[in-house]
Amino acid sequence: MYSRAVHPGLTFEYLMWLFTRISAIALLTLAAVGMIAAFILGARTQMDLPTLMRWTFFPNPNHVISSAIPDITLGWANGFWQVMQILFVTFGLTHGFNGLRIVAEDFFAHSFLRPMMRGLVFFLWMFMLLIAIYVILSS
Amino acid sequence: MSVGRSVPFFAGLKYQGGGPMLAWMLHRISGVGILLFVGMHVMASFFMQQMGSDWAIAINTIYESWYFQLVVVFIVIFHALNGLRILALDIWPQFLQYQREALWLEWLVFVPVYGLVAFFIVQRALAG
Repeated sequence: MYSRAVHPGLTFEYLMWLFTRISAIALLTLAAVGMIAAFILGARTQMDLPTLMRWTFFPNPNHVISSAIPDITLGWANGFWQVMQILFVTFGLTHGFNGLRIVAEDFFAHSFLRPMMRGLVFFLWMFMLLIAIYVILSS
Repeated sequence: MSVGRSVPFFAGLKYQGGGPMLAWMLHRISGVGILLFVGMHVMASFFMQQMGSDWAIAINTIYESWYFQLVVVFIVIFHALNGLRILALDIWPQFLQYQREALWLEWLVFVPVYGLVAFFIVQRALAG
């Protein structure tokens, strides 16, 4: 097998391909930071595994409210985790809705339906992002 | 993009893609599944937080249940590990000739990670 130089150019498809990879690494890094921080904050003795998983996937204080943590305002509910959550949903929803667009495009021919589908995905992406950030900032 | 293909539906089902095709299909299904889960959960949390609606609480109660967590943990861990495999083979395409071995490695990592999580979730569920 040999390799040859490929110059893809800065097309939309190439940029989204690159973004999918970068956001995947970012999401895994954010999850690792959340899990390690949970252990530093005392997760080993204060919560069970499903609660730790929920916190790892999304560090929202509502995800750990039913555990044995004495006071979630000490370390678990603050601005740092709100920033982490906003990063999480921004990377996650953009990664996910771009993936949905790629899956859906395999089922749409080059007709007027394709731009309509793209518009719907774009609208859903903006809508979910706004709702999610609103929920994060008011929880 | 495979638009414009003229493969009949049942001929497509008979295609013997093997492990890599299974991983490709599972990656798509799990990806759409995660998006559906996250979208429903965000909407349910919004309505639960703002107006305490009954159906939103019902959806989030299902999401907190141990049997649903078994499914979510499966699709998230699989999607993450398979994504890492795709990423690694994209960065080092000279290893594409070992893609079946990469797939075996992926399942070798997946089975203990998921098995351990599933064991603790089921154990806790059975203990009450």
